Amino acid sequence: MALEESHVRRAAHLARLAVSDDQANGFVDDLSRILDMVDQLQSLDTEGVAPLAHPLDATQRLRADEVTETNQRDAFQRCAPAVENGLYLVPRVVE
Amino acid sequence: MQWETVIGLEVHVQLATRSKIFSGASTAFGAEPNTQACAVDLGLPGVLPVLNEQAVAMAVQFGLAVHAEIPEVSVFDRKNYFYPDLPKGYQTSQMYHPIVGPGEVEITLDDNTTKRIRIHHAHLEEDAGKSLHEDFHGMTGIDLNRAGTPLLEIVSEPDMRNAKEAAAYLKAIHSIVTYLGISDGNMAEGSMRCDVNVSVRPKGQEAFGTRAEIKNVNSFRFVERAIAFEVERQIELIEDGGKVVQETRLFDPERDETRSMRTKEEANDYRYFPCPDLLPVVLDQAYLDHLRSQLPELPADKRARFQTSLGLSAYDAHVLSASREMAEFFEEVHRVCGDAKQAANWVQGELSGALNRDNLTIQNSPVSAHQLGELISRVLDDTINGKAAKQVFQALWNGQGSSADEIIEAKGLKQVTDTGAIESMIDQVIAESPAQVAQYRDSEPEKRGKMIGYFVGQVMKASRGTANPQQVNGLLKEKLDALL
Repeated sequence: MALEESHVRRAAHLARLAVSDDQANGFVDDLSRILDMVDQLQSLDTEGVAPLAHPLDATQRLRADEVTETNQRDAFQRCAPAVENGLYLVPRVVE
Repeated sequence: MQWETVIGLEVHVQLATRSKIFSGASTAFGAEPNTQACAVDLGLPGVLPVLNEQAVAMAVQFGLAVHAEIPEVSVFDRKNYFYPDLPKGYQTSQMYHPIVGPGEVEITLDDNTTKRIRIHHAHLEEDAGKSLHEDFHGMTGIDLNRAGTPLLEIVSEPDMRNAKEAAAYLKAIHSIVTYLGISDGNMAEGSMRCDVNVSVRPKGQEAFGTRAEIKNVNSFRFVERAIAFEVERQIELIEDGGKVVQETRLFDPERDETRSMRTKEEANDYRYFPCPDLLPVVLDQAYLDHLRSQLPELPADKRARFQTSLGLSAYDAHVLSASREMAEFFEEVHRVCGDAKQAANWVQGELSGALNRDNLTIQNSPVSAHQLGELISRVLDDTINGKAAKQVFQALWNGQGSSADEIIEAKGLKQVTDTGAIESMIDQVIAESPAQVAQYRDSEPEKRGKMIGYFVGQVMKASRGTANPQQVNGLLKEKLDALL
């Protein structure tokens, strides 16, 4: 599949990545090559092969429903740029 | 043109686990901001989620309760989007292999008929934090206590055709999750939230119209109002030559309208992929059988049993089975007094009236089910009459005694059935009411039946409400007619 710059711009926007024009052009080539490899994989006959959700041949361990964490708000908020009344402050978001 | 409404609901139910779905932080409601948000909930580097076994069990219990297929394997995916109350940059959810497959729920409509609503699937996911938009010097405050609270998202098929069916479905889901005890179902606190998909199509057309998704519909009443508004908006739009666009709209209960939030094509590219931090969840048959054996009797089964083996009306059976607390209360009253119809009448009448008046839930009823059952027994065995029973109920309600018997004794409410005693009261009333007796004698025979009410009232008053009203009636009629 041949990518265009608009695809790269859109993917960068969704991932909130700032990409310069030069970089965008480079990514068009790099990402196209990755998609070519995916195309190659897709050409394999996978009839009857169960989809793989995880490379490890293991199943999820479960934990007991117990509260094991204590309040460490002060420690966590020391690395936050802005806090007030126990809240993390972020640039205003309005829907 | 005749229009048909098509509605599907996505109900988010907060599961009543003690700790979060992927971390050991507490889920208790109302804590100080961010005191229950640990490193995993904050998405700090290097942390790994570990799935809560209780969240899995609760999701499966729901699935079993709605007769759903429970797949052997379910998988968690990442739903990627940016919002400050989602610190990881993705919500861990289940897109392709949900824990609960197709099932169905029976709803009860206003005319007491039932309808089956299919469930498409239900999946486990984590809740996000809360954004507080009050002014923090032009910034938004974020509380992440709710982040990571387990949610079960229950997605219906578009099987509902009007707002009342949608409300009935939401009530049925509420009833099932509270019966199971997997959620407190508190809509005011956000334990149960609902998104509504609404579209309209010309009656008879098979293809669905374009749907709008309404968010923020967080009470049974709002569901009906939001749908009513949205249906009208869409029909007007189409009839004026416009087109419904697929979009997310927000319900504003204060202005009773829905408003566009964002169009779907732009924002909604969630780039789902399997979460590499979590392995597939595998549930074996023995586990499912074990959970099935623990299921309580569910609302639909209870309703059916109340009708068939207790002989209650469809209406009574529906009301009394709607919540687990109500059903358990009723069943205890019935167990003690042995008369289902009387138990149903008292629970729905005197008790519900008093609870409403004092704004109490049945769990906080000052009169216990056992006390009410004993009170009804005393009516059934003729110890007291109906009027005295209401007095006893009020006294129990006000805490003036610990049992019906104690209050009956203390207040002297025991019904007088001794014919001699009643007769002497009647004689006295007749002797003291010459004018009324004359009136009775002079009136048309067919009007006398009504006039006897005055004398009954006087005798009941003289007995302080304790005389058996049927006996008073009969004896009065005999004595008055003897005077003719």
